[in-house]
Amino acid sequence: MVAALPLTLRGATLRRRGRRLVGPVDLTLGPCGVTVAIGPNGSGKTSLLRMMHGLQRVAEGAVDWSLPEAEARQRQAYVFQHPIALRRSVLANLAYPLRLRGVTRAGARAKAEEIAARFDLTAQLGQSAPSLSGGEMQRLALARALITMPEVLFADEPCAALDGAATREIEGHLTAAAASGTRLVMATHDMGQARRIADEVVFLLHGRIHESGPAARFFAGPSTPEAAAFLRGDIVE
Amino acid sequence: MGDLLAGLGEALRLIVTLDAELIEITLRSLRVTLTALVIACVIGLPLGGWLAVRRFRLRRAVIATLNALIGLPPVVVGLVVYLLLSRSGPFGVLNLLFTPTAMIIAQVVIITPLVASIAHQAMRDLWSEYHDLLISMNATRGQRILTLLVDGRRALLTAALAGFGRAIGEVGAIMIVGGNIDGATRVLTTAIALETGRGQFALAVGLGLILIGLALVVSWASHWVLRTERQGTW
Repeated sequence: MVAALPLTLRGATLRRRGRRLVGPVDLTLGPCGVTVAIGPNGSGKTSLLRMMHGLQRVAEGAVDWSLPEAEARQRQAYVFQHPIALRRSVLANLAYPLRLRGVTRAGARAKAEEIAARFDLTAQLGQSAPSLSGGEMQRLALARALITMPEVLFADEPCAALDGAATREIEGHLTAAAASGTRLVMATHDMGQARRIADEVVFLLHGRIHESGPAARFFAGPSTPEAAAFLRGDIVE
Repeated sequence: MGDLLAGLGEALRLIVTLDAELIEITLRSLRVTLTALVIACVIGLPLGGWLAVRRFRLRRAVIATLNALIGLPPVVVGLVVYLLLSRSGPFGVLNLLFTPTAMIIAQVVIITPLVASIAHQAMRDLWSEYHDLLISMNATRGQRILTLLVDGRRALLTAALAGFGRAIGEVGAIMIVGGNIDGATRVLTTAIALETGRGQFALAVGLGLILIGLALVVSWASHWVLRTERQGTW
């Protein structure tokens, strides 16, 4: 199979009503590993992920996959900070991405049941998705994103509103997906989480990549004073 | 007050004795209205969904026009449909004037904007909720509209019921294009108008009560079928 990665961003800039949200960004995402975007609130983590995924069109520069855009889109999935539940049963939510791709009802159902077992959602299959608890909802969103076995998974603060146990579960699923070959790109404000799962760190400040590199080196000794201050827990402006 | 009470008695008598004429015009009312409603929904619901997911230059103008058309005076619609279907009109050869089909055509024109507008408002809200997810999942435009129609079905029921209510109670247009012909195009509303004009108030009130009862039964039945207000918040 020809891979959609590497992804190359060249001077990619996202604007809304003339205001620069993120960019210009130059970044290359290699074929494997876990990249974590960190930075203070408003530094452009979400915008960077949305831009890479193609949810928003770049105003300047380019976001290039190794495949034509339409094909590359089929190989990606995105988990939103506030999970979006279709007003359907959990089963129908899980089967939905497969149904969009023309998988038969029975085939989609079998896959949905299989992934529900893996994500501990079997008991909720018949329940309406909007009535799930926060933790269950995020598990559903992650399972629904992974059911198509994407090559790249974007996750925007997937544990933002979860308690410890639910966070541990989600992190377990994320690292399992990364271990089985899904390229994970995640935004988080939780430094502990970044340390636990990142292979590569992108530190954003004011919509630009201020520093990036291997996680071990970054956390051991960031090379910019702003990153060092951020890791210390100072307020970085 | 006496006329109302007499009307109540008359309504009961008509129902209990299964009055043949009553049943005939009631069934015709239902047939004309439900046919018009099905056609209006087939046009209006996807149109509402399309307006919700599609962004184009004249979108606001189209929506504003649609909302204005809700207020289209039925008598004027009846007049225009009459002129189009009359012998000398462009569709005169079809011989549709003074038939139930002509009444259906007029009702479709009257209720489609209402159905489409309410459907659009409901699906616009749902679309703002689903937008990012469906874009992310690469759903085609058709798939997006279908998803909104399926998941917004309870709100769409409201749109359909509003259309039904407007059509079943409509008298101006169907009187003009149908002609209120006994045994052919007489329906509940035109019969009420006729009986009132003739001074038969008891019969008119009786028919009126049956009309209101019909609207209630249809609304209850459809809510029951779609199980609204029973699970969750939608």
